[in-house]
This record gives sequence, structure tokens and C-alpha cells, in this order.
Amino acid sequence: MSQHVTHLQQLEAESIHIIREVVAEFGNPVMLYSIGKDSAVMLHLARKAFYPAPPPFPLLHVDTTWKFREMIQFRDRMAAECGFDLIVHVNEEGGDRGVSPFTHGSALYTDVMKTEGLKQALDRYKFDAAFGGARRDEEKSRAKERIFSFRSAHHRWDPKNQRPELWNLYNTRIKPGESIRVFPLSNWTELDIWQYIHLENIPIVPLYYAAVRPVVERDGMLIMVDDDRLELLPDEEVQYKSVRFRTLGCYPLTGAVESEANTLPQIIQEMLLTRTSERQGRLIDHDQAGSMEKKKQEGYF
Amino acid sequence: MAHQSELIEKDILAYLKSQEEKSLLRFITCGSVDDGKSTLIGRLLWDSKMVFEDQLAALEADSKKVGTQGGAIDYALLLDGLQAEREQGITIDVAYRFFSTDKRKFIVADTPGHEQYTRNMVTGASTAQVAVILVDARKGLLTQTRRHSYLTSLVGIRHVVLAINKMDLIGYDEQRFQSILRDYEQFAAPLGFASITAIPISALNGDNIIEKSADTAWYSGPTLMEYLETVQIETENREKPFRLPVQWVNRPHLDFRGFCGTIASGVIRPGDELQVASSGRASRVERIVTMNGDLTEAVAGQAITLTLSDEIDISRGDLLTTPETPPLYTRHPEAHLVWLHDEALQPGQIYLVKTATAVTPGRVTGVQYVVDVNTLEQKQAPTLGLNEIGVASLELDRPVSFDTYRQNRDTGSFILIDRFTNATVAAGMVIAASPSGTGEQAFRPELELNGLQPRIVMLDGAAISGQGVSVVELSQDTGLFEFEMSDSFFEYLGKGNRILFRLRDVAQLEAVARLAYDRELSFEFDRTAEGISILLFKRLISGGGGTSRDEGTGI
Repeated sequence: MSQHVTHLQQLEAESIHIIREVVAEFGNPVMLYSIGKDSAVMLHLARKAFYPAPPPFPLLHVDTTWKFREMIQFRDRMAAECGFDLIVHVNEEGGDRGVSPFTHGSALYTDVMKTEGLKQALDRYKFDAAFGGARRDEEKSRAKERIFSFRSAHHRWDPKNQRPELWNLYNTRIKPGESIRVFPLSNWTELDIWQYIHLENIPIVPLYYAAVRPVVERDGMLIMVDDDRLELLPDEEVQYKSVRFRTLGCYPLTGAVESEANTLPQIIQEMLLTRTSERQGRLIDHDQAGSMEKKKQEGYF
Repeated sequence: MAHQSELIEKDILAYLKSQEEKSLLRFITCGSVDDGKSTLIGRLLWDSKMVFEDQLAALEADSKKVGTQGGAIDYALLLDGLQAEREQGITIDVAYRFFSTDKRKFIVADTPGHEQYTRNMVTGASTAQVAVILVDARKGLLTQTRRHSYLTSLVGIRHVVLAINKMDLIGYDEQRFQSILRDYEQFAAPLGFASITAIPISALNGDNIIEKSADTAWYSGPTLMEYLETVQIETENREKPFRLPVQWVNRPHLDFRGFCGTIASGVIRPGDELQVASSGRASRVERIVTMNGDLTEAVAGQAITLTLSDEIDISRGDLLTTPETPPLYTRHPEAHLVWLHDEALQPGQIYLVKTATAVTPGRVTGVQYVVDVNTLEQKQAPTLGLNEIGVASLELDRPVSFDTYRQNRDTGSFILIDRFTNATVAAGMVIAASPSGTGEQAFRPELELNGLQPRIVMLDGAAISGQGVSVVELSQDTGLFEFEMSDSFFEYLGKGNRILFRLRDVAQLEAVARLAYDRELSFEFDRTAEGISILLFKRLISGGGGTSRDEGTGI
């Protein structure tokens, strides 16, 4: 400690500062919990920020009903172990209309089940601040987003009219109905996240580790057959391969990579030696250039 | 990301261990349109292997579609994040980029080079430790170089890289490089940078970015990457007096009362004495609590939770400090303000002043002067508009603990928020607590820089205000002067008349002294509430007895 504060210690301190600032300034904050590795780190940092007290806000999971089963098990276990209240929200309207990634395409499905679902939950519980685990290195439009990112009463993000953010002085002022999305992991990279998980021994969903799993090849991606809702197309067949996931989302939209890496160091090793960025495993970013920016303007995290 | 790929392949655990000790450097790149700034950052990302194959494929496609390099790879496109910007071909806001080598992780604030420059650059620079200032080797120092350097100094960045770009277009001419460097060193001398490192580069060709260029054999300094990896960022924050702005009081049950915050400066250990800046109450540190176990020491930059041995009243917004060197505690800070909003400053109107942890209503009572960021001239103005910088006096509803910005970037900074729109309208950097005037801590780079171009003040018939004493009132003027005295004025002094100069700053005294030296005059000096006053006169020596007739006391 007496030599220098390392980059991970600095990132940790910055994130804790951000999380504490939100709790001090907002009346009804919530932490968006997506169950992935970034959420795992964010949850860990929230515990550290308020230790020995439990974090004074609930977790919110916007469930599309298409998450991997192992994710749901992991979610419930973590919430209980860490002493968080867990709110699970499903867009019932979308569920009633039978919206699924297969019948409605990834764009509409994501819009209804994720973006709409999120807005519904934020409105229903009147949260004025919501933590998200997004990082600036993930995607180009994120690189310009503020750590405290203002949303209008209609949850819209206006990239051309963002509040300047200087030093670590965050403007937390909002009017009724408006809200702030807060990204404590803004300055972390994928490698930082993995190194921190390794260093701090943070539990993650087993899907990140390689195991033999049933998959089908579809649109150039390996899709896991997580339940019987995945209908096979005529030329498809289920194969058993040793695969793992670099990113976790809805199973029909999340591509697996073939891998033997079943320890954390092996995962990091594989990540360092690979030459493909992690969001490639996500179908929604491929729709068109700038597609993330559009989704964000409409209220997607 | 192929650096150290051998170690990664053979011994991932050893690699991970080696990465744990990495430090973090935040820097900003400053350049104007066409200086090659985006190309430079794109190059750093590219050459440090932070570009993945799928991004490369997208980059190649984009380069053909909207690139400016005739279909060849346009590194700048790696950076232009927002669709609107891509269409306009310019970046419009601050973006943050990340790359990392074996020694350091880097966060680059990338700011656009057009008219919103001041706002964006100050924002990006507020957290940076190093500034890379780009100069086009063909053009040399320009107005914007001056502007970038001033802003860099203003926001407290101490280390500057002068990246002299496009060396390929001037045939890697050493003479030209040296002459630009000389010009710059002379120009920047008053800005007080701890270091200036000039590097001849070509961002487009990659010369002296990562690898030494074969075309600049005459250059023996570091490449840009070598510099960034090794520049020693002062641990001076740790050596400064202890400051902990209390962000949150953690009270899970009656037996625990923890004070949470990020240490702005200094070091703390259990047993150390602390004082609350506002009340003066003191106690000792009992524990430094973390989830991973109690610490025996915590240093600047860490986010901690302290418990104290006494129950004293402390809440969010308080500043815990070492008792030896208390901070300023004032309702009347004087500060540099950078105006960030379309709607101009309304003097007298209430704004919310957000400091390290406190939010306090307050108003700007007056703008002392505005600095033209291009010429660094100061002018009188009633208000500040978008992208304007000035020195202003504030009046807060209640006293707040500050340090001067020069001493501490975290406890010396604040933002102004509009109460009605909630917009962040200004960034502030504390110079001093009024009305103690210009203490020794006051640092005004524009004042220093203006020393290069002193304002000429004529002392002629028009300056004579009567018999006895003529007053030259300059106490509202913060620049430097040069006095020119007409012969008739000199004769006026020779008749026993005197001039009283009223000046603001002791640095302005030199001009009077020079005048006295040139014209063999004498003066008397007094410090006053407003600044200083100097009485200049001709010492009259009588012919025979050597007795002085003058009424001055002599110096």
C-alpha cells in the first residue's frame, strides 16, 4: 500500500465514490442487475462502499423470460447472500402478446422486453437514479456518455445536450419524473473487470466457464439450447460442444465461443489472446452502425 | 493485445501477478482541427493492440465509406463515436479512450478542436495529469497552442508533452523542431509546468509514437509511449495535508458510526488527530474500516470509512483535516470561473455551488476581469458568456471549506448549477478567500503570461491632476504595465510634485521600479487594503550643505 495505488485500486475507489454519491443525493436509487460479470463487480463494489452496513438500495432485474436458467439461479442466490432486496420485473404486455426473439426479431424483442420493460419498472417504483454496469470501452457511443447520465421524464438520452462532468463533482439535480442513470464502471475495461474478479474472488455465473453444452449453429453463432422453447430449423441439429460465454444476455441472442477454459486465469488468458471484441457475441449491436446509440436515445441502458 | 503474449500463453498467473502492480495515468490531447489529434489517439490504440479484428473490419469499411484518407485506414474513425459526428466529420464532445501496456493503464480524454473548445477541454483536462499538446510542424506555435497551454496550466496539469506532428511533411528537419521547442519554452516559462517534453512525431506514419523513428536519428529522447509509460506523476497529493470530504455517514446500528469519503490528499493512520474544518472540533482516528479488513494506513485517492474515538458532530459536507494546516473556511471565495452554458452568468442571481461534498446556495458578486483565451488579454466585462473564463468573487450563503485549487484540485474546485434548469453552468477553481487579496498562493497564469505583453501606460500632461500629488489609479487592473513618461511630466516631478500609483499586485511594482531607475527617481511603498500604493518623486538635493529638502523619508 505504501508504494503506489494501483490502477485497480484507483478504479475501485472511483466507483465507490460514485456509488456513495448517489446514495447521499438521491431519494430512491436502484441498482440494475443484469447478472453478468460487470453486474457482479458492481454489486461487489456496492457492498464495499457501505460495509459494514448492507447497501441501502434494492436490485432490479428486468427479466425478459429468455435469460439462461443458470443466470436466474445465480441471481436469486446472490441477492440472498448479499442481503439485497431483489425486484424482478417482466414486461407483462410483451409476455401476453407472445413477444419472443424468434417471432419478432431481435430489434423489436429487445425494444419491448428490455427497453420498455426497464422503463415500466423505473416508472412503477419511481426510482430517481439507476446504476448500470456499462463501460465506456464497450461501444463507441458509450465512450461519450457521462458517468451521471441524465434522462428526461420519457427516459430519453440526448447525446448532444449532456451536462459537462468535471473532476469528481457530479451534478445530481433533477426535476420530478426525470432520472439519472449512473455508470460506476465507466472507466473500467473488460480486462480490468476480469482482473478484479480474479483479485477479489468475486463469484460469477458458471456459464462463463467452459463446459460441454448443447448448442446449435445459427447465423454464424453458437446458440445454446437452454430449454425447449428453442425450435430447431430444418437444417439445424443439436451438437454437444465445450463452450463458454464471454457475455451473458438472452440465450437465443447470445453466442457461445468454443473453449476449454474452465478456470478464471484460463478465461483471462483466452480473452487476452483472442482478437474479437466481446460485444460481437451480441446480436443486437450488429443491426446497423450506430444502433447502440439509437437504442440508448430511446431509453435502453 | 499481443504484448507479453508469450508470458500470457506460458504462465498466465505470473502475467496476472505482474499486472496487479500497474499504475493508472490520465491524460488529455489538445489540438485543433487538422492537427492530427484523432489520428494520434487512434494510432496509440492501434499500436498498443487495443483494436480487435471485428473493430478492424468495421474500421476498414468505414474508412472506405466516410474516411478522409482516400480509402486507406483512417485511424480517426476509431474515435468518432456518435453518428452525428461521423456525418459532420468532427467530434463534438469529450470522449474517453482506454488502452493499456504492461506498465500502465491509460485513460485519454479526447476533446474536439473547434469553438466549443474551452468547455470541452476544461472538462476533459479536469481529471488529467498530463497534457499532450499537438503542434503542426509546418505551422509552428499558433494562437491555439497558446490557448491550449493556458487552459492546461489553469486546470492544474503540471506535465506537458509538446508533440510536434507531421514531421514527415518537413523532411524531419531538426532545426525546425528545435526552433519550435525554443519558442515554446520561452512562451511557457511563466506557466509553471513541472516539465515540458518535446517529441518529433508523425501520427500518420507512426514515427516516435511507439517505436523510435529511423528518420529522426538526431532525436535521442523518449517516444511518446515511452514517455507516457514512465512519466513520474507526483505522489505529491500524498505529501499534502490530510483532507477527507465527508460524503456519507454510515450508521447501520447504534454502535457504529463511520465517516465515508475519498481522501483528497495526505495519509491517515489509526491514532492520528483530525479536526472538523467548520467547527474546529477534534478527535482521533480509531479504525479505517474496509470489507477486506481494517487498514493500518490509507492514502490520497482511496475511498475509505473512518471511525473516530469521540462522538463529535460530523455530517455530509464536512471536511476532516489535519489540525496543523486547516483549509480556508470562507463565504467569499475568489475563483477562476469557466462558463459552460449558453445562458450567460447573471451576477447577483443565486446558483447552487457544489464543492467536494457540500451544495451551498451562492451568488457571483462581481467579475473582476475576463481573459481572452486567444490573446490572454484581460478585459473588463460585467458577465461571462459561454466558453469565457474570468476571475470572479462569490458570496455563499454559509461558509464552506476550501483549499486553493493550486494546492488541491479536489478541495479547490466547484461547479455552479442553475437552480431552475439544473444545468451545470460553470466550473470554478478557488484562487483565494476574499478580501485577503492576492496572497502568495494566488496563481493566475494569465497574469504571468500577460507579463510578456505589458500594457503601456502614458504619463504625460493628461496624467497630471494638479499640484502636489497626481494619482495614477490602476488598482482594478491585474495585468502588468510599462510606464512611459513624457518630458513635460518629468519636469513636473522636478518641481517637487509627486505621483501616487495605486496598484493591485506586488508583481506590478517592477514597472515603477524600472521607471524610477531609468529616470533616477525615488519611491515609497505601502501596503493598503486594496493592494499597494507607491509614491514616486524626484529627490531634490540642495547644493551646499548636503541637507535633503525632500519630504520623503528616503529608502
